[in-house]
Amino acid sequence: MNGPFAAFKWKAALRDWVIFADGLKTTIAVSMVALAIALIIGVILGVFGTSHNKILKKINRVYVSVIQNTPLVIQVFFLYNMLPHLGIMLPVFTVGAIGVGIYHGAYIAEVVRGGIEAVPRGQMEAAISQGFTYTEAMKHIILPQAVKLMLPPLTNQAVSLIKNTSVMAMIAGGDLMYQADSWSSYNLYYGPAYVITGMLYLLLCLPLARFATKLELRTGV
Amino acid sequence: MIRLEGVHKYYGNLHVLKGIDLTVASGEKLVIIGPSGSGKSTLIRSMNLLERPSEGKIIVDGIDITAPKAPITNVRQSVAMVFQQFNLYPHKTVLENVTLAPILVKKVPRKEAEESGMAFLERVGLKDKAFAYPSQLSGGQQQRVAIARALNMRPKIILFDEPTSALDPEMIQEVLDVMVSLANEGITMVVVTHEMGFARKVADRVIFVDGGEIIEEGPPEHFFKNPNHERTKMFLSRIMH
Ligand SMILES: Nc1ncnc2c1ncn2[C@@H]1O[C@H](COP(=O)(O)OP(=O)(O)O)[C@@H](O)[C@H]1O
Ligand SMILES: [Mg+2]
Repeated sequence: MNGPFAAFKWKAALRDWVIFADGLKTTIAVSMVALAIALIIGVILGVFGTSHNKILKKINRVYVSVIQNTPLVIQVFFLYNMLPHLGIMLPVFTVGAIGVGIYHGAYIAEVVRGGIEAVPRGQMEAAISQGFTYTEAMKHIILPQAVKLMLPPLTNQAVSLIKNTSVMAMIAGGDLMYQADSWSSYNLYYGPAYVITGMLYLLLCLPLARFATKLELRTGV
Repeated sequence: MIRLEGVHKYYGNLHVLKGIDLTVASGEKLVIIGPSGSGKSTLIRSMNLLERPSEGKIIVDGIDITAPKAPITNVRQSVAMVFQQFNLYPHKTVLENVTLAPILVKKVPRKEAEESGMAFLERVGLKDKAFAYPSQLSGGQQQRVAIARALNMRPKIILFDEPTSALDPEMIQEVLDVMVSLANEGITMVVVTHEMGFARKVADRVIFVDGGEIIEEGPPEHFFKNPNHERTKMFLSRIMH
């Protein structure tokens, strides 16, 4: 009995559960920080994208197309290897959170732009005609309506963001994927390592995905 | 109260307003009629700068709103607008719709804004709907809320852009009745409408717009009895039969 899923390999994995738990903790923490970064970038750039100001619109277009059309791995490697040259030394945790945040910021910017554009034009006109400034109208009238439309796709973004934090494994990020990988490359018990890891990602993502589906049904999107 | 001087508007190559000169006196009720696409909306929307004219000057309550640094948000607080599609805020209750801008823009204390808001809702016959959402109301009711929302800004001028055109026929009268009762007060009203019965009842003056120009103007009787221009006659015969 020495297949990839042999019983003694599972036993070893369970005995070393702390290693997986550590990875899980890091993945959850990085995901939360990255999501916060992505939301900040996404809201600002998404609003830029709906602006009548040509420069702001251009910033949105360039950001979204560059980030969406290059691999996440390259972006993270770029940060990881370039920042030290600029004299900026950051822990891998931070590099991972920033890298994934920047990446998903571009997708969230598109979600935000789409949500804002789905609010009928008359809403902005009514607000402006009452003496609201553009920014006030956004804050009180447009965004609250847009958020309802944005929630399901944002939840989907959170799911793929969690999965994409696994890119940190490539820069020794201490995340779930990295922990599983280094544990199993040491003892070669890949079978249980990847199954357990996959299950843990599933555990994080499936409830969120379910939630998104429920939101979609409710808003009738 | 409102003065337009040589106002032109272009959308790209499309020349939509062709040199409009128009003065609306304080307290005047002006009705604008004209075929679809003639520039009525563009004209009335230029009066609160929802559309910025390409050329010309617009003076509202003594302030040149087309000037570079004009205090436009201040002016808009005293120029309310009622839209064809109502444009109520769907995520807010009826009372919140009526009080939001007074509280946030004019900085009226909440309690005061709610009291006056309730009074205006009562006036348009919708006090009992104060805590409903717009989607729970009929079109006629929504438009009456929109009028209450406009009134709660205590405006000097109210602009109406085809306020009854999106309504089912049986709801037009309830909205017109509210507008007639408003007209009996001192407020300045500019109304784009094809409701000639309304024009006859309240208008001090009617202007007929076609192709981005004011073709003809006069008191409502003039348009019923002896309009001068062929185009005016044709238009009127189409809307009144
Ligand atoms: N934002 C816009 N961009 C381009 N063309 C427009 C725009 N708004 C209005 N127009 C055009 O300007 C003309 C006048 O429109 P409008 O003022 O809405 O007329 P009316 O209210 O009399 O029906 C129409 O030909 C319309 O298609
Ligand atoms: Mg129109």
